[in-house]
Amino acid sequence: MAKERKKIDRRWVFLLIFIGVAIPLIVKIGLPVETSKNVEMVYNLVENTPEESTVLISFDYDPASMPELHPMGKAILKHCFRKNINVIFTAMWPMGVQMAEDLIDQLQVEFPQIKYGEDYVNLGFKAGGMVTIQSMGKDLTKIFPEDMYGTPIDELPIMDGIKNFNNIMFVFSLSAGSPGIKEWVQIVHDKFNKPTSGGCTGVSAPAILPYVNEQQQLTGLLAGMKAAAEYEYMIGAPSTATSGMDAQSIAHFIIIIFIAIGNINYWRAKKSNEKDGL
Amino acid sequence: MKRKLPLVITFSIGVLLIISEFIPHKPFGTLSGELEEWFLIISGFAIILGQLSLFKVNLFKVRFKQKDWQFSIVTLISFVIMVGFGLLWGTENSSGIFGNGSSIIQLIGDKPFDYLFHNVYQHLQATMFSLLAFFIASAAYRAFIGRTIESNLLLIAAVLVMLGNTTLGGFLTSWLPESLKFLHLPELKQFIMTYPTTAGQRAIMIGTGLGIIGSSLRIILGIERSYLGGK
Repeated sequence: MAKERKKIDRRWVFLLIFIGVAIPLIVKIGLPVETSKNVEMVYNLVENTPEESTVLISFDYDPASMPELHPMGKAILKHCFRKNINVIFTAMWPMGVQMAEDLIDQLQVEFPQIKYGEDYVNLGFKAGGMVTIQSMGKDLTKIFPEDMYGTPIDELPIMDGIKNFNNIMFVFSLSAGSPGIKEWVQIVHDKFNKPTSGGCTGVSAPAILPYVNEQQQLTGLLAGMKAAAEYEYMIGAPSTATSGMDAQSIAHFIIIIFIAIGNINYWRAKKSNEKDGL
Repeated sequence: MKRKLPLVITFSIGVLLIISEFIPHKPFGTLSGELEEWFLIISGFAIILGQLSLFKVNLFKVRFKQKDWQFSIVTLISFVIMVGFGLLWGTENSSGIFGNGSSIIQLIGDKPFDYLFHNVYQHLQATMFSLLAFFIASAAYRAFIGRTIESNLLLIAAVLVMLGNTTLGGFLTSWLPESLKFLHLPELKQFIMTYPTTAGQRAIMIGTGLGIIGSSLRIILGIERSYLGGK
């Protein structure tokens, strides 16, 4: 009878992953962060945006993707507020509204000068995905006649002169799925020719990367926690993504060790079977 | 008539929207704008319909004691609590039937809906997503075995991307001289993601796009009728 490869009880795998993730979160390792081209493109997009201009950031995720997308959102917002860029928040996901509110609560400690209605506004959630985005491109005020607090947007100074995407410098979507970056890029860039960028979870990056091309459908992409850490490094504000990178590094390393063990066991079993003529 | 009318409506609206893409002027442009607004209104109602459907399905599961009906009780209780709290005291940005619930805020520091959202829902969702790390680790150990040339290629690409996606990966090969910089792990990862992965992904996207066009035409022309319900 052919020998089967030795199998490790999966609970050992779980235990080691738990330890590997927990320890770096408690004890900081602080491995150096290197920046990549896609992150630099996003950074330059914000950096080259003139002061007092307006950008739109869409929060298209929910708490499940918070560990990866929240640090990105925080870093991008920090960069915008430092540069005195006005920010319009929207959400294509119902929970995105709370995500934006949570980030603003955190950032108001660092930026006490920013004022609601003047420096930023939260327009809230709107159902409809791609069709909503398309309609926003025609007339934003028709889709969002009031902000999430019920204030008519005509009364908000930040919305003066903002009619559609033509009055916005760029759109940035923090996306955990659909509707998200794909929908934004297909409408905002492809139909209205406005710079579009975004951040997504690591697992969804391969599906979004084709949009980062020579036509610059997407101006850079923040993919996963590593990109968030790179952005934090570029703006000189290391935060949760930077500390999370240590945990991710160790977790990936442990997974690779287990893959190696699995392969060694497989080859040993195969060799032994060949020796026994099986 | 019951089946023909929806088919006629679908055909006319579908054709109208296709025309409006090519002739965005009056009357097509205006009509497509109107239809977009209809869509947004219907989307709003679809959310309510979804909630009612969720409630009904779980209620039936409990009533007829179908498989795993106990979990449906949890769903129903959670649903009623969240909707109830939201209606009675509102959320962070809106007041409910009983106003703002300032006495409750004094007691628990937040409105009941927001309290549960921040302290229960948020953490439950984060936990569910975090569990993936454990399952991926276990699955990778069992599945990434180099049995064939293809699986070896997959294995090598996976290891390079995994390492390249961490600060550790960059650190491990940071000593490489400039002439061997292409072997730097983040560079290798970037190469894999930019060329083979994107090429494969584009092929999938083109295939999906053609599939969407095909199924849209089938719906517009009335060949595909499953959306009408029945057999």
